[in-house]
Amino acid sequence: MSFSDLYVFVLAAFVGYQIITRVPALLHTPLMAATNAISGISLVGSLVAAGSDRNTLSTVLGVIAVTAAMANVVGGFLITDRMLSMFKRATPVNKPN
Amino acid sequence: MNREVVSQLAYLAASILFIFGLRGLTKPDKARRGMMLAAIGMLIAIIGTLVKAEIISYGWILVGLVLGSLIGYPLGVWVPMTAMPQRIAFSHMFGALAATLVGVSEYYTDLTAGHGIGVAKMSALAFEVLFGALTVTGSFVAFGKLAEFLPGRPVTYRGQNAVNLVLAAIAVVLFVVVVLNPEASVAFYAMLVLATVIGLFLVLPIGGADMPVVISLMNSYAGLAASATGFAIGNDVLIIAGALDGASGFILSIVMSKAMNRSFSNILFGAFGSAPSVAARSAEGLTVASITAEDAALQLAYAHSVIVIPGYGLAVAQAQHQIRELADLIEKNGGEVRYAIHPVAGRMPGHMNVLLAEANVPYDRLYEMEEINSRFEETDLALVIGANDVVNPAARNDPGSPIYGMPILNADRARRVIVLKRGMSPGFAGIENELFYAENTSMLFGDAKASLQKLIAEVKAS
Repeated sequence: MSFSDLYVFVLAAFVGYQIITRVPALLHTPLMAATNAISGISLVGSLVAAGSDRNTLSTVLGVIAVTAAMANVVGGFLITDRMLSMFKRATPVNKPN
Repeated sequence: MNREVVSQLAYLAASILFIFGLRGLTKPDKARRGMMLAAIGMLIAIIGTLVKAEIISYGWILVGLVLGSLIGYPLGVWVPMTAMPQRIAFSHMFGALAATLVGVSEYYTDLTAGHGIGVAKMSALAFEVLFGALTVTGSFVAFGKLAEFLPGRPVTYRGQNAVNLVLAAIAVVLFVVVVLNPEASVAFYAMLVLATVIGLFLVLPIGGADMPVVISLMNSYAGLAASATGFAIGNDVLIIAGALDGASGFILSIVMSKAMNRSFSNILFGAFGSAPSVAARSAEGLTVASITAEDAALQLAYAHSVIVIPGYGLAVAQAQHQIRELADLIEKNGGEVRYAIHPVAGRMPGHMNVLLAEANVPYDRLYEMEEINSRFEETDLALVIGANDVVNPAARNDPGSPIYGMPILNADRARRVIVLKRGMSPGFAGIENELFYAENTSMLFGDAKASLQKLIAEVKAS
């Protein structure tokens, strides 16, 4: 861990804050499902734990972690898309009312 | 090219795609494409990890990936929209579990390998395990309350807050011990166990109606735990994705607690509804005007502008399709129908919007509270279905009321108000609603779905 990690964290949190405050309440549930899917990125840690043959405990915990994270990735992206596909307009975007 | 460079480039690409993906969610018509980008980002990150030189055996990885996909598919495709809150709580548990286990594995590996763990890395690991484990059990309790296999009412006992404070203090002490002396593995594992207990004790006393805030907080914690994992193993894409999740959950929990007129500390330590302190106005001496479906339908058929206010009662009655059918009929008669969505209309942020979208209500008819509140004055009819506290004018004008100050939909300012309600029972806050006794309000008693079906038949006939 280095100090530049802290910069990355703070800047990412700032970008996140800027973007997410602009997400309308209309899409707050898909937003949460989407962040859930993205949180599956812990795969990058769990894949290493599961596959680098460090010790038995590490492999076992790693495989469970891969399973849990992958479930979030697959389930999260599928359900977000399923929700977003239901949002339809009554009037086309460029013709108000 | 060197393998490590490939992974780093993959992580950079994934980070950018995640940010673009979330940005897509700021516009409903761009959202699906945005999420497609985020999914591609995830795929790139996975491939970028699999090519790493450290990974030498793929058998168990494959087992995990296949098993995870098998669990994830039904969670994505089969879960009904009404069950979304418990489903999301369930996945927060999975996300936090993955982060926690990676933390334990990393700690154990470093410790048995005999090379020391620096203060910075140990802090990140301890933070990861503490927040991760707390989120696993906390989310499990939230899941249980929402799925109704655990009691939805607050589980409380005397001295609860004191017990929680002591547990938290012990956890902090263990945290410091293990950071200063990483060899103290007993402290590390004791902290892990304690964190699971704290997660349970933190959420058990919180009532079912406060779950939107809890889910959002858990979302934030799961993100922070993922970020801490990134710090511990020196992985920037984890830090970035975790920070995005953490920010999202944090913002949503603020939105939710504002909409409920509650502070964080009040939700976490308050056990709402246990003691309404100041005497709120009672409804004694007031009378309620009830209306028949025929008369209500007549008003609906001739209204030029209607605002529908759906509450959770509508979702419970599964009457979303009926309300859309009724709205179609009103529009056919030349009326205009809008929907006013209070932030806490469902059981999680934005839940009601999804339920209505599923019933084919166009999203440009769904209005947020701030957008629509000024329109009630010029509206012929406000139709309140299964909502109660969110339209209670006491929030505006009765300082003695427990919900005083809560942002509400100004349904009472519409020319006429029709409330569909099962009976005269008070809302979850347990307080009387003046709106039901107002001069311009008529009550249509009965099950929401049955009442709507009657209204549809009557409007068709008129």
